Amino acid sequence: MEYPPITKDPAAMRVQPNLLDYRDVCGHFSWHTVRNQLAGLPEGGLNIAHEAVDRHAEGSLRSRVAIRWLGRDGRTIDLTYGLLRERSNRFAHLLGKLGMTKGERVFWLAGRDPALYPVFFGTLKNRNIFCPLFAAFGPEPIFQRLERGNARVLVTSERQYTRKVAALHSRLPELCTVLLVDRDDDLDARVLSLPRLMATAAKEFVIPPTDPEDMAILHFTSGTTGMPKGAVHVHGAVLTHLLTGRYVLDLHPEDVFWCTADPGWVTGTSYGIIAPLLLGVTSIVDEADFEPERWFRILAEQRVSVWYTAPTAIRMLMRTPETLRSRYDLSALRLVHSVGEPLNPEAVLWGQRVLGLPIHDNWWQTETGGIMIANYAAVDIRPGSMGLPLPGIEAAIVSRNEDGTVRVEGDGVEGELALRRGWPSMFRSYLHEEERYRKCFAGDWYLSGDLARRDGDGYYWFIGRADDIIKTAGHMVGPFEVESTLMEHPAVAEAGVIGKPEATIGELVKAFVVLKPGWEPGDALRQELIGFGRGRLGSAVAPKEIEFSDNLPKTRSGKIMRRLLKARELGLPTGDTSTLEGSES
Amino acid sequence: MTEEELKAIIVAELKKVAPESDPSGLGADEDLREALDIDSFSFLRVLVGVSEHTGVDIPEADYGKVTTLAAMIGYLAVRQG
Repeated sequence: MEYPPITKDPAAMRVQPNLLDYRDVCGHFSWHTVRNQLAGLPEGGLNIAHEAVDRHAEGSLRSRVAIRWLGRDGRTIDLTYGLLRERSNRFAHLLGKLGMTKGERVFWLAGRDPALYPVFFGTLKNRNIFCPLFAAFGPEPIFQRLERGNARVLVTSERQYTRKVAALHSRLPELCTVLLVDRDDDLDARVLSLPRLMATAAKEFVIPPTDPEDMAILHFTSGTTGMPKGAVHVHGAVLTHLLTGRYVLDLHPEDVFWCTADPGWVTGTSYGIIAPLLLGVTSIVDEADFEPERWFRILAEQRVSVWYTAPTAIRMLMRTPETLRSRYDLSALRLVHSVGEPLNPEAVLWGQRVLGLPIHDNWWQTETGGIMIANYAAVDIRPGSMGLPLPGIEAAIVSRNEDGTVRVEGDGVEGELALRRGWPSMFRSYLHEEERYRKCFAGDWYLSGDLARRDGDGYYWFIGRADDIIKTAGHMVGPFEVESTLMEHPAVAEAGVIGKPEATIGELVKAFVVLKPGWEPGDALRQELIGFGRGRLGSAVAPKEIEFSDNLPKTRSGKIMRRLLKARELGLPTGDTSTLEGSES
Repeated sequence: MTEEELKAIIVAELKKVAPESDPSGLGADEDLREALDIDSFSFLRVLVGVSEHTGVDIPEADYGKVTTLAAMIGYLAVRQG
């Protein structure tokens, strides 16, 4: 069904959008102008922590609340720009005392804890690399990432440490120090109390000269074939964060902004931490997990004006009666954004009907570092479309040629969504994996792996993934990682893992399992395998469904044809593999 | 149903989505999702299962009222027919 466009009337808006004339701004755009809006370090160079925190703390925003943290138990902690500067200085000092030198990695595994913000910015100030891990990862994904990312320091909670990391510690010789956010005394010589060390660290710190090309953040993302890849981002990415904070999120100085993404994922750092603080606004952080009533209450009580959330959450809110929303005063709210997976048109319209505001979908990836294609406050929305490229970003639909080059397609043609390389927040490498990085590009184009088409007016429409990567509740899951873990169970001979379409979370992780001789399929074994997967991989990655199978479809070279498994799951005719081309590649 | 019976139903449903866990050993006031590593989607499945076995409807708007064993037992106890 075609949905009519949602038209906009900026003149009637109570806050004038920063981006009023999209075409005009695109026509005159230069990244150089964006760079000039940043302060730069007094000693030279560019450091995200200086732009997002120190610059404000040294000026009129010193007492403004940067982070308002809402505890699960009802507590509220306010971190002003001044306080955030002081505490991040302390953490930077602490890293120096621990012997951390430029470029070494600091990992975070403590969910949405208030210590995150000083740790994040302190890490950047000391020119170390920050790498967040999702708290719902199990020991195996945690180990893979700590090892591949050469973690030197891990900041975590006592619970996470004892449950998941303690048993891995001896396999991680590079991990020198573990800092616990919730202990007042040390556990042993290597596992120390963060609050104790913070209290004695000096509160002044001068950020050393930082090159815009210096590494700042490492984000692991799942691959189709191998283990997760560490996408490297640099301090210069801050130009994209500033631009998208202004043009897409449309942040104004008086805004209260709430990004619901977890810091374990790239949205949670680029937009949960960096972008709102760059623009000097107050950013809300909720420690608790999703709960419809709690979320409406936060929107109302905190007077949130700009909200950035995800399709899974929106679809769960859509299941609540519309009377629930009417109990809350959402009059402060003026703009709603969504990212993580394509937002269905019904959800865009639900926003308009129930929140009184249409929901603005946008598109980007871990590798792009920031929003690349978006719907904007002052631009008409076509429900179901991810919108128009950010000013300064050249997008295209391309098809791959046999010789490895690509050809650019015209409007209306389905193909792979590509971006012309060179934007400031483009990932600079996959850590230690130059070959995998190289494969992401063809000439001047970054190939996203997402299939899309562009209509005659320049709007992009998502079609699907070009590979087997699973997108569940907005998170990428690599089937290979899940299959490898399942194969470690003594009963499992083979495993093939797919994303099974599901209305609320997009896809759920489903495994097809072939048992070794002597094992009988049944409910007990199915439950055991689900538990086994959760124990190793954690709830965010582990399969939620297991189906026993006598065999898995394979290529002649023995590779599992996941697309055929998926076709079987969807009830498509599996005898005809003509629509499954590429599965043998 | 007695509180013990309600608890047994809840524990069985939790065990379905988190088979590796021991929900019966949970503290009455521990956050279920946090303690057992259960995401929003799986928690929804738990609540659907609990509703089916107790006959008590738990609308999504009430999720905040059933975050612990004690809270969920209390919620069900006052609403069962």
